[in-house]
Amino acid sequence: MGTLLEVEDLTVWLATRNGPRKAVDGLSFRVDSGEVFGIAGESGSGKTMTAMALLGLLPHAAKTSGRAVFEGRDLLAMKPRALRDVRGRNIAMVSQDPSTSLHPMLSIETQVTEHMRHHLGIGRSEARGRAVELLSTVRIPDPERALRAHPAQFSGGMRQRIAIAVALACEPRLLLADEPTTALDVTVQAGILRLLDRLRRERDLAVVVITHDLGVMSAVADRICVMYGGRTAEVGPRETVLTRPRHPYTRGLLDALPHPEGGAATLRPIPGSPPSLGAVPGGCPFHPRCAFAVGSCQEERPEPVLIGTDHRVACPPDPLGGAA
Amino acid sequence: MSSAKPKSGTPGAGRRPARPGGVLLRFLVRRLAAALLLCVGITLVAFTLTQLVPGDPAAANLGQSAVDDPAAVAAFRAKYGLDQPVPVQYLTYIGNVFQGNLGVSQQSHRPVAEDLAEFVPATIELALFAIVLSLVVGVALGVVAAVNRDRWPDQLLRVVSLGGVSMPTFWVALVAFYLLSFKFDLLPGTGRLDPVLSPPPYTTGFYSVDAALAGQWDVMWSALGHLVLPSLVLAVYTVGMLMRFSRASVLEILGNDYVRAARAKGLPERVVIVRHVLRPAMVAIITVAGVAFGSLLSGAVLVEKIFSWPGVGQYAYRSAVNLDLPGIMGVSIVVAGVYILINLLVDLLYGVIDPRIRLT
Repeated sequence: MGTLLEVEDLTVWLATRNGPRKAVDGLSFRVDSGEVFGIAGESGSGKTMTAMALLGLLPHAAKTSGRAVFEGRDLLAMKPRALRDVRGRNIAMVSQDPSTSLHPMLSIETQVTEHMRHHLGIGRSEARGRAVELLSTVRIPDPERALRAHPAQFSGGMRQRIAIAVALACEPRLLLADEPTTALDVTVQAGILRLLDRLRRERDLAVVVITHDLGVMSAVADRICVMYGGRTAEVGPRETVLTRPRHPYTRGLLDALPHPEGGAATLRPIPGSPPSLGAVPGGCPFHPRCAFAVGSCQEERPEPVLIGTDHRVACPPDPLGGAA
Repeated sequence: MSSAKPKSGTPGAGRRPARPGGVLLRFLVRRLAAALLLCVGITLVAFTLTQLVPGDPAAANLGQSAVDDPAAVAAFRAKYGLDQPVPVQYLTYIGNVFQGNLGVSQQSHRPVAEDLAEFVPATIELALFAIVLSLVVGVALGVVAAVNRDRWPDQLLRVVSLGGVSMPTFWVALVAFYLLSFKFDLLPGTGRLDPVLSPPPYTTGFYSVDAALAGQWDVMWSALGHLVLPSLVLAVYTVGMLMRFSRASVLEILGNDYVRAARAKGLPERVVIVRHVLRPAMVAIITVAGVAFGSLLSGAVLVEKIFSWPGVGQYAYRSAVNLDLPGIMGVSIVVAGVYILINLLVDLLYGVIDPRIRLT
């Protein structure tokens, strides 16, 4: 498996009332073709801004630095026009809530075919034929009729399937799925995750799943990056990160997950709350909430260092090193 | 508001409306019945008001010597039924209206229906011209302002729209008439046609349309030319108003997830704006445009006066000054009817723009 996307030292400044503030701070990761890469973190950890930066869809007056090399081209250095041709065609996006991300007034046919016709230069009937195929791929019953319908006529789960069909229309190599199941019922979530997993196997598609839900991660991700305060806390293969976490924050997230066998007593919340934009503490951003913090944590910004097979952790004291 | 109700039962493309045509027909019948009631109500209000204002139709319409002659006054009153009790007068009028008889104008001495057939189309033609102009210019500039939010085009257009809504129509009319017609002779100023031309055969009452139907191209061009200046003047206010509303509406839509999704599809910005933003923005814009059309009709009274446009505004003015009851009543019914039609049209357009309205 080759590397499809290599992000190096990505930093995103957002314009705020008090001047520019870092939403993402020196983030590095890579996505291999055909894998599911998970980015996990609480709200405000910079997950969504990372995806928006890759697509060139950051809010007005935001700035970026670093590199994001996709198929040999640096997305961050591309001209808007050239990046627009990559968007939707080579890199597609599925967002959180299909009831707001699908256009309420346009027919499903328009929404599935418009970018196909634009990017691939195909005619109406050909695009229509491909749309029917796509909708059956994502298991929409009676695709012909669905094309004539509008989003309001479908349930939430069906809408997210349609949104995935929209994303897949131009056969992208990379799919950015930002909280793809958060707005859905639990029972529907599993179906969408299975669908994403099947699609990446069938289509040689790499998927970046952005979520705060480690349960979702454990279901689909091959490798996981845990973000905190706009930085990488820990990144590595799913098994390693979820069963033998080495960063106290990852450990805290896992302890905060409910287990089917245990009662409420087994839930251990992380004290405090995540930093807001522009108020990220110096040193290790997690140190004010960390049970293992030592003096140096307040001063030195930890960089992720390789500690095992493809496993990097940004925690020099490494309190979980021997244990876990 | 789109999605609050997740559908139970089998997921899928089901739930088509039973018969969209049937729904529409029922809607139209209900609305037209309500419109009829409303029109009758309007006549009652207009009739009552004309009874309450001081003044005597006989004094207003008869010459000085006739007013001094009791026989002449009595004859006038008998001729127009003014000697009957007021409720009887009203019921007689309503009865006649339902037979298509709007009475005889005391001032033109012609049937009011004939007068209206001549004057109303002139005003509608003018107002339609102005509203189309306002929509095209106002929405386009509003979109430009919204897309360039807080940059110089937005600042400049803010001044333009403020100017548009702040300048009094009569003043704009006088200045435009003086500069464009009188001083530099760029556009024809008064009337509906060049004096040497005679009106086209009556079909719709719109000179431009009638002339085109009759193949009288010189008449059509003259009619269109005469429409430009008064409709420009009328449009000054509505352009400013529609520009502001379009800007606000577009800005609101731009913040939606589905706009970001459209951009994530790599569509050109022009397509994103026209297909994904403008369509939902039009819902608010046509609501305002409906109201704006009403203000055009009332603005027409002044503009018609200045440009000698033989429209319903001038007719209403003359009827009111002369206490010409059948004339006032006729104008009231027609204006109310136009308002009702515009509202109906706006409601139908909602359904064209937003499929969710058609489906429920």
